[in-house]
Amino acid sequence: MSRPEEHLVRIRDLHFSRGHRKIFDGVDLDIRRGSVTAIMGPSGTGKTTLLKLIGGQLRPDAGTIEVAGEQVQRLSRSRLYELRKRMGMLFQSGALFTDLNLYDNVAFPLREHTRLPEAMVRDLVLMKLEAVGLRGARDLMPSELSGGMARRAALARAIALDPTMIMYDEPFTGQDPISMGVLVKLIRLLNDALGLTSIIVSHDVKETAAISDYIYLIAQGRIVAHGTPADLERSDSAWAQQFLNAEPDGPVPFHYPAAPFGEDLLAGRESRQGGR
Amino acid sequence: MEWLAGLGHSALSFFQRLGRGHLLFFAILQGLPGMVLRPGLVVQQVYAVGVLSLIIIVVSGLFVGMVLGLQGYNTLVDFGAEQSLGSVVALTLVRELGPVVTALLFAGRAGSALTAEIGLMKATEQLSGMEMMAVDPVRRVLAPRFLAGFLSLPVLAAIFSAVGVWGGYFVGVGLLGVDDGAYWSQMQAATDFRDDVWNGVIKSLVFGVVATWIALFEGYDAIPTSEGVSRATTRTVVHTSLAVLGLDFVLTALMFGE
Ligand SMILES: Nc1ncnc2c1ncn2[C@@H]1O[C@H](COP(=O)(O)OP(=O)(O)OP(=O)(O)O)[C@@H](O)[C@H]1O
Ligand SMILES: [Mg+2]
Repeated sequence: MSRPEEHLVRIRDLHFSRGHRKIFDGVDLDIRRGSVTAIMGPSGTGKTTLLKLIGGQLRPDAGTIEVAGEQVQRLSRSRLYELRKRMGMLFQSGALFTDLNLYDNVAFPLREHTRLPEAMVRDLVLMKLEAVGLRGARDLMPSELSGGMARRAALARAIALDPTMIMYDEPFTGQDPISMGVLVKLIRLLNDALGLTSIIVSHDVKETAAISDYIYLIAQGRIVAHGTPADLERSDSAWAQQFLNAEPDGPVPFHYPAAPFGEDLLAGRESRQGGR
Repeated sequence: MEWLAGLGHSALSFFQRLGRGHLLFFAILQGLPGMVLRPGLVVQQVYAVGVLSLIIIVVSGLFVGMVLGLQGYNTLVDFGAEQSLGSVVALTLVRELGPVVTALLFAGRAGSALTAEIGLMKATEQLSGMEMMAVDPVRRVLAPRFLAGFLSLPVLAAIFSAVGVWGGYFVGVGLLGVDDGAYWSQMQAATDFRDDVWNGVIKSLVFGVVATWIALFEGYDAIPTSEGVSRATTRTVVHTSLAVLGLDFVLTALMFGE
């Protein structure tokens, strides 16, 4: 066994289903402290679900998820909340509070969890907004933001409490090349300067690989490949090759599981005839 | 056989919802003491839930009072008792129509808004986001709204009754010629503080709890889609109306039954 302090997140033999659909079928995964780890995989394989499991919002059917040495699913509510104060999460949808402007959104966790004087809250909020390039937009309401701006605002909010671990769900979606470049650098910079541990879920393979220390590829409920970006580049795993090079043909299916197309078409014809 | 299974299924999901509703209710109650430290949150919600409902309450109260004045006069005049119009109008409002109609209007105006707001917060992951920031949405979002509803409804009901009494006065005294002094003195003589006013207040407190609880639960338990939120909003209005009317009968039987 490795030393417990080496890995911030340890997942062992994770099983999870939604209804009858198995999302995870025996996943083992480790996130090293201080590293940037990317989780990639086809759409709908359960990357967001994995982040929610790590954050304790969903419970695994079997297996263990340890964060900072504690089993997330066994924690009492108050202990879980203590743990979450040290976790930041950027939701895929942003999840900004629509009744608060940008400034108040970013100030929200500070006001809820600290008794800092308002002047200091202001300094911190402006600092975070400056980092994502939205200091000038602080009076806008979330409905007045573009998708990419909302994502960056949510990022500023996720780092407001200076967490020790941040989970980014698709941070780059909807960003133009310039803000994308800034964000990529920002994520790496935050990680190294503040000694964070970062988990990035993203489909932007090149950008993500460039700043990741380690990559996990998930498909069909399992880890199909993992390693450093260089490892995966060189690996002969068909999964890794297809995903990293965005090839249409390979083991990664484009389609949601379904009966063969021909059968489906014929079934429609039969029921139409049956209806007559 | 199939309908039996269907019946069992709906009964089961009914009791599941009932259970979830009660769990949420107790979770909200646990969050109430914390509101002492955050009065700003409650004030904000009293504005949204209570103050913004004022117009509909005042206008409805006025018309209900005017109708009571008209109908009451027409009935009383046959017995030569039109001078006791004041007591009829006041008792009807304070005991029954004030709390009940206010609660029904509250469900349509404030309850549906609460359900839609919370349902949409759920659908857009704002509640999950809050949880991930280690802020309990039940305490931060639901508890202040609950307290606001609980405090607002009795006040709204009192305003409704007061405006209604004036409405009756305009019609009875102003238009139909009931004696001014008799209207007020009959009212004062007939209305007992404990039996009538206080029982009315108890009713509106109960309705306040029930109406706000249903609205919050429906929002919090809504299926997080636009269709789910829309159905939850409808259910809030329907369930609150039924609960208020049913409870009103029970409370009336208990209070004035003997
Ligand atoms: N609330 C839910 N109820 C039922 N099934 C769900 C729910 N949320 C997600 N799923 C299913 O779980 C699977 C994984 O969803 P998830 O959102 O984790 O995918 P993802 O890997 O994040 O995809 P993407 O890259 O498109 O964001 C999907 O097949 C989806 O159909
Ligand atoms: Mg996702």
